[in-house]
Amino acid sequence: MDFIGILGLTIGELFSPFTIAYVLCAMGLAMHFGFTGLLNFGQAAFAGLGAYGFSISVLSFGLDWWAAALVGILSAVAFAFVLGIPTLRLRSDYLAIVTIAAAQALYFALSASDFADLTGGSSGLHGFAESFYAMNPIPEGRYTFIVTEMSERGVFISIIGWVLVILVSIFLTALTKSPWGRVLKGIREDEDAVRSLGKSVFAYKMQSLIIGGVIAAVGGMIFILAPEYNSPGTWVTNFTFMIWTVLLLGGAATVLGPVVGGMSFFALLMLTEGVMTGLVDLGVLPFLNISQVAQIRYLLVGLALMLLVIYKPQGFLGNKKETLINAR
Amino acid sequence: MPAEISKGPAAPGCEKVDPIVVVDKVTRQFGGLKAVDVEHVEIPRGMITALIGPNGAGKTTFFNLLTGFDKPDTGSWTFEGKDLAGLPSHKVARLGMVRTFQLTKSLNIMTVMENMRLGAQHQRGEGFWASVFKPLWKSQEIAITDQAAELLVRFKLDAKRDDYAGELSGGQRKLLEMARALMAKPKLVMLDEPMAGVNPALTQSLLEHIKDLKKDGTTVLFVEHDMHMVRNISDWVIVMAEGKIVAEGPPNKVMKDQAVIDAYLGAHADTDLGTVAIKTIKAGK
Amino acid sequence: MARLAPSLTMEVGLNRLMKRAKRPIGALIAAFTLFAGLLAASPAMADDEIIETEFTISGTLLDGETPLVGVTVTATGPNDFTQTVTSDDTGMFNFFVPEEAVYTVTLDESTLPEGASLAPDTPASQEVDLVGMGFAAVLYTFGTGEIQEESIWDQLIVRVFAGLNFGLLLAIAAIGISLIYGTTGLNNFAHGEMVTLGALMMWVFYTLLQLNIVIAALAAILVTAVSGLAQDRLMWKPLRRRRLGLNQIMIVSIGFSIVARYIMLLFFGGETKDISGGGNAVVIGSLYTTDVALASMGISLVALLGVAYFLTRTRVGKATRAVSDNASLAASTGIDVDRIILIVWVLAAALTGLSGVLYGLQFQAGWELGFNILLLLFAAVTLGGLGTSMGATVGALIIGLVVEISPMVIANELKYAVALVILIVILIIRPQGVLGKKQRIG
Repeated sequence: MDFIGILGLTIGELFSPFTIAYVLCAMGLAMHFGFTGLLNFGQAAFAGLGAYGFSISVLSFGLDWWAAALVGILSAVAFAFVLGIPTLRLRSDYLAIVTIAAAQALYFALSASDFADLTGGSSGLHGFAESFYAMNPIPEGRYTFIVTEMSERGVFISIIGWVLVILVSIFLTALTKSPWGRVLKGIREDEDAVRSLGKSVFAYKMQSLIIGGVIAAVGGMIFILAPEYNSPGTWVTNFTFMIWTVLLLGGAATVLGPVVGGMSFFALLMLTEGVMTGLVDLGVLPFLNISQVAQIRYLLVGLALMLLVIYKPQGFLGNKKETLINAR
Repeated sequence: MPAEISKGPAAPGCEKVDPIVVVDKVTRQFGGLKAVDVEHVEIPRGMITALIGPNGAGKTTFFNLLTGFDKPDTGSWTFEGKDLAGLPSHKVARLGMVRTFQLTKSLNIMTVMENMRLGAQHQRGEGFWASVFKPLWKSQEIAITDQAAELLVRFKLDAKRDDYAGELSGGQRKLLEMARALMAKPKLVMLDEPMAGVNPALTQSLLEHIKDLKKDGTTVLFVEHDMHMVRNISDWVIVMAEGKIVAEGPPNKVMKDQAVIDAYLGAHADTDLGTVAIKTIKAGK
Repeated sequence: MARLAPSLTMEVGLNRLMKRAKRPIGALIAAFTLFAGLLAASPAMADDEIIETEFTISGTLLDGETPLVGVTVTATGPNDFTQTVTSDDTGMFNFFVPEEAVYTVTLDESTLPEGASLAPDTPASQEVDLVGMGFAAVLYTFGTGEIQEESIWDQLIVRVFAGLNFGLLLAIAAIGISLIYGTTGLNNFAHGEMVTLGALMMWVFYTLLQLNIVIAALAAILVTAVSGLAQDRLMWKPLRRRRLGLNQIMIVSIGFSIVARYIMLLFFGGETKDISGGGNAVVIGSLYTTDVALASMGISLVALLGVAYFLTRTRVGKATRAVSDNASLAASTGIDVDRIILIVWVLAAALTGLSGVLYGLQFQAGWELGFNILLLLFAAVTLGGLGTSMGATVGALIIGLVVEISPMVIANELKYAVALVILIVILIIRPQGVLGKKQRIG
């Protein structure tokens, strides 16, 4: 078995742009679920809207990368309104059902051949990243980072991604430690109490939904800028479930939980996948074939989600006393 | 006792000299049951008014309707002359009409101090954009913290200020909820069974707090089953039964009112109302 | 544009029947009649090098009642795929295509027999979409537009029928969700996997082990019911004991749904399974269907009535309603709440397994089947008002009808999306659902 290779892949996964994208989406979800108690199961849609808002703006409307990014962000804001207005006044489980339904409906629409002129249908979009990488100051070439090799574009998007993670962390820390964040924590526990103290619960929930959605949209853009390819198949429910697992692993009501959760989750996933593939190659796991190893990856996600919620709901970084997922 | 509270003789729905809340024709139906059916009632300003009545009389529903937590089928009501009908609950609170709940709603995974701070109104730091710039709200936060610390001393919770509210006893949480409501500097506090579940040792101090509120010029409206408390501190008593206002008046008079006794007891007359009412509660819960 | 004209897309079940017509399942199946006066028989005589694949596009060329023979039709698709076939002596043509994608089907008008011409609103070149379906039919109308108008009504009848059929299937599974939600407060995201289990077990017992259809169905339902029993005893009951919050339990059910789905994928593989249920064509007026579809609807109805009887007339059913209403109050009157919940789980799982069996018999079974319809189930339950069985039934019928009728105006691949959008719209207008009551606050 190629241990060095597996280790290299694992370390690469720690800092890869995909991990960054998941971390950002999970940070958005931390805003929703961790700090406000909103059960959003449509995070894939927020990220997907960021990604499609960006790529369609560039390809169909010829916008610059920054204007396209703005469109992506505004799409997420609009989606937050569409979801929030009907559901934020209702019981929390309605939001769960409506967000997952809306995300699925969006996925159907994005992959539909009817809108293929705009969205590329089921084959997706590419060729939207040129104006973004035009500002890349890093000279062309291959760069080795510990053991993984990257192109100048890979290095650039990774740097941009991590800078964004740091900025978002600072922003979220400021928000959640302010009186604004205090109102959210109040809402998370008992909306009526907060209402009785003169705060507009609906407005705060809406703000939270928007902020978290916008962060996810940015994550979605990072996700497609790295491979320079945007496929509708990315923005499915499994993507949302991965984000939930990342968030709960790190700690739902913490700003840095998603970072820790994302890095450890994908590194562990890559490690198990690598080791299992190796074992299958060696014939140690005769009942499995290589393609099934990838399926086991999702099985582990589900298992992790169950075990985390049952045994360690506060995650790596959370405070046990503030165990969030409380009964209503 | 102030000279006059009502304009004429005390009767259900009578006009007050200086009302703070005026309610007209408010009804609320649940299925076939008319939970609230109030023709007219006025709450006197600067007084302590008790709202009493047997279980299921519609007191809590009436509270919910007045504070925007539930919507009536018909009717209108004003607070300091402002029409409140259709106003969402948080706007009612902002106008200075702040309530507590029968089942305490302390925020248990926040500290006592954070609970208190949440009660303060007009916080700059509660705006989304301002919240990220601490200098904009830091001085106000300090002022709020001072105000909260003062109240906590008054309510004997100052030693607990950094504990999680969930770690307090039931009675202490009730006190915290009331103190938190006072952080909003309300003109009218509406307390839904402030005594329920409170340790008898704390009752006396709670009564004093309510009396202090009146001294500070705050109007108090409270729902209570404990007739001794009602007698002890209220200036005015309003009695509800089956959703309607059946009697009104100063406590001593109302307690002797035949309509009230009937409402509570049906046929069983001349028993002491205080003890019977308590028994009714115990039996009902 | 890529929009399909309403008449071009077809009802799934009928397509399935067409597909099945090509398979030698006993002597039962000879021909299946399609709607709009089209007749599907044996496949077209295809070119030599055509490989039989899972994915088919077909159609039948009829001018009134007369089949049009020997007409050249060409399909083109992704990766430079091109295939040309000619219609056979029943007017039918059939393509086997390599993948689920969008294809363009072009009819060579010069090869039409004397006197036959395409109807004014029927283009010779049409786009068909196999995504998510695996099969599609192309409709060519000939002669005047008069037939077209009639066929819209015929289509509507067929679609309403298909919608009721699908709606009833959804209803028996949705009642399961609703019962579990009512008694335990859990929004069970792993419910779809029980539909999958029912369908896959039917495949095992009926197709693989060749058992009698009734015995196979009962065995499949039994397995699903046992899985419900095991889920409650081994997972949900201990979690209730741990006093896990409802939101927490809901997330556990999401995790469990992923685990269950991928375990089934590992065991059964990713390809869809045909459960060779077959069926005989039945024609009622302008409605073309099969005995399997009719039997399925009948069984679903009986199951729904059975549930209604159980809930309103039996002791255990009344106790179930009491637990739904107020579990602690029910417990204080001597009802064993845990036992009721267990019964509900077994009943819900059995109903859901039945839904899977019927679904598998009429359509097909695959590891993602349940997950794909889970959201429709939730939509049904939410539409009707969370936690009421009657509401779930009504909601499911609405969803079934929407899913089957909407392709008349929008693309087939968006029909599930429409159902989900309707859910959101109804929640704006009537948050408590169609039949739900407003709740008392505080």
